[in-house]
Amino acid sequence: MIETEQLTRRYGTLTAVDALSFRAEPGQVLGLLGPNGAGKSTVMRMIAGFLRPTAGTARVCGHDVRKESLKAKRALGYLPEGAPSYGELTVREFLTFIVRSRGLPADQGFRRFEEVVGHLQLEEVLDTCIETLSKGLRRRVGLAQAIVHNPPVLMLDEPTDGLDPNQKHAVRQLIDTMARERTILISTHLLEEVHALCNRVVIIANGRLLADATPAELEARSRYHGAVSFSAPGSGVSQEMLGRLPQVASIEVDPLDGRITVFPRPGERILEPVESLLRQQGLEVSEIQLERGRLDEVFRQITTGQSRPGPVREAGA
Amino acid sequence: MSPVMAVARRELRSFFVTPVAYVFLVIFLVLAGILTFYAGDFYDRGQADLQPFFVMHPWLYLLLAPAVSMRMWAEEAKGGTLELLLSLPMTLAQAMLGKFLAAWFFMGIGLLLTFPIWITVNYLGSPDNGVIVAGYLGSWLMAGSFLAIGACLSALTQSQVVAFILTMVVCFLLLLAGQPQVLDFLQGSVPRRLLNGVAHLSLLRHFEAIARGVLDVRDVLYFVLCIASWLTAGVLVLDLKRTP
Repeated sequence: MIETEQLTRRYGTLTAVDALSFRAEPGQVLGLLGPNGAGKSTVMRMIAGFLRPTAGTARVCGHDVRKESLKAKRALGYLPEGAPSYGELTVREFLTFIVRSRGLPADQGFRRFEEVVGHLQLEEVLDTCIETLSKGLRRRVGLAQAIVHNPPVLMLDEPTDGLDPNQKHAVRQLIDTMARERTILISTHLLEEVHALCNRVVIIANGRLLADATPAELEARSRYHGAVSFSAPGSGVSQEMLGRLPQVASIEVDPLDGRITVFPRPGERILEPVESLLRQQGLEVSEIQLERGRLDEVFRQITTGQSRPGPVREAGA
Repeated sequence: MSPVMAVARRELRSFFVTPVAYVFLVIFLVLAGILTFYAGDFYDRGQADLQPFFVMHPWLYLLLAPAVSMRMWAEEAKGGTLELLLSLPMTLAQAMLGKFLAAWFFMGIGLLLTFPIWITVNYLGSPDNGVIVAGYLGSWLMAGSFLAIGACLSALTQSQVVAFILTMVVCFLLLLAGQPQVLDFLQGSVPRRLLNGVAHLSLLRHFEAIARGVLDVRDVLYFVLCIASWLTAGVLVLDLKRTP
């Protein structure tokens, strides 16, 4: 479990993290989301014990990072941003160093080493210098380092940043398999990642908490939530007809591909009425889709404060 | 294994997989030899001892110890591995001690590799080997002091060059503290008691006493305290840097 309580960090007059409180439970993958420079890394560095909070505190598995920092560090696996490691060492030497400095007993350490190396498919590069490895492999070494002591809490700072789509997929799968019994906190600015991985999202900007919700709840805030879009090539769909439906609020037509999006009035469901209307008109519809909502739009809305200023909280999962 | 040993072993590993270790050892041994035989008049003195060898060590260390210590923390800060290291379950003091011990052990290896000169002097005459052992011990203690100073100053900065120069300057000042020129310069402007204190701070003075074969507890204690206080200062510097 990770818990932060009014966590604050100032650099001179700049407040990088401002009284941040959130909580992640076992089995949860909590995404720390925010634009670049929002304070995501600073939050993680304070939880990891690398930086000291100016005020407030964080707890890892109930251990206060200020008072019981060693216990907190033992319970935590941490992948810092960019997965730093000692480039001149081989993968084997590096992981051995981590096992040793984490104080794992020799037999257990060796077993975990073997497990992790197998899990992350590092067998072939075990005796290669880390600095000669590709970015994706280096990230995997960083992940191996973070999980070698089988920590109940895992914290990954931009784990897929700079990876190609295949590598991203592999890392996400890995996180997914580890998620079941652990608490995982990942920071990201990639919205696709939120869909792929997280079951809860904390959005911060300028060091302040702006939203704490599930991805579905965030999507529900989107203008597109519940909208119906379809393409009907080669037929003049009557927008007037659609507009006359009592549940419909507005209609937009994409000027590029002619795709039509129908927005519902608040609380209305419009897929069926729209469909039946189209059928009645005998219109050829090549494909029709019910929109879940667009995270990028919600993210922009929340972080740039275009609407609903101030922190908004919804019941966490 | 304790984190101290883990850090120390990793540091040593890093020395030896990069050219740092070999460059250092070669230069140290070559310079030690040249300085002893040419600058130190090893043969012409006609005495079977290693005085000319040990007398050169402070100046040799002045150049080489900062080169060993400069990367200690500066490199970690620059490469981002500091974040990794400090998120491992160990205290700053343990990390500092591990790094220091590795560097000190490494310089000890360099010192041991000068054994041919010990063989030479034993072949040529019959020196007092007790004095020679004391000389080696004193030399190693002094190397430790230089490294401890370097460890502290390396924690101050991300730049290895800055760490190198700062360490060299501080070591130079500490070496010279007891020299007549410095004491003459300070005489009159500082109280007598303080002047005495400055004289006692001199690394050179304590080293020369040990190198003469006088293994006084006070001289040994001086070096041990010197190492301990600089390492503590280094830990404080690191701690300060992560505190807002």
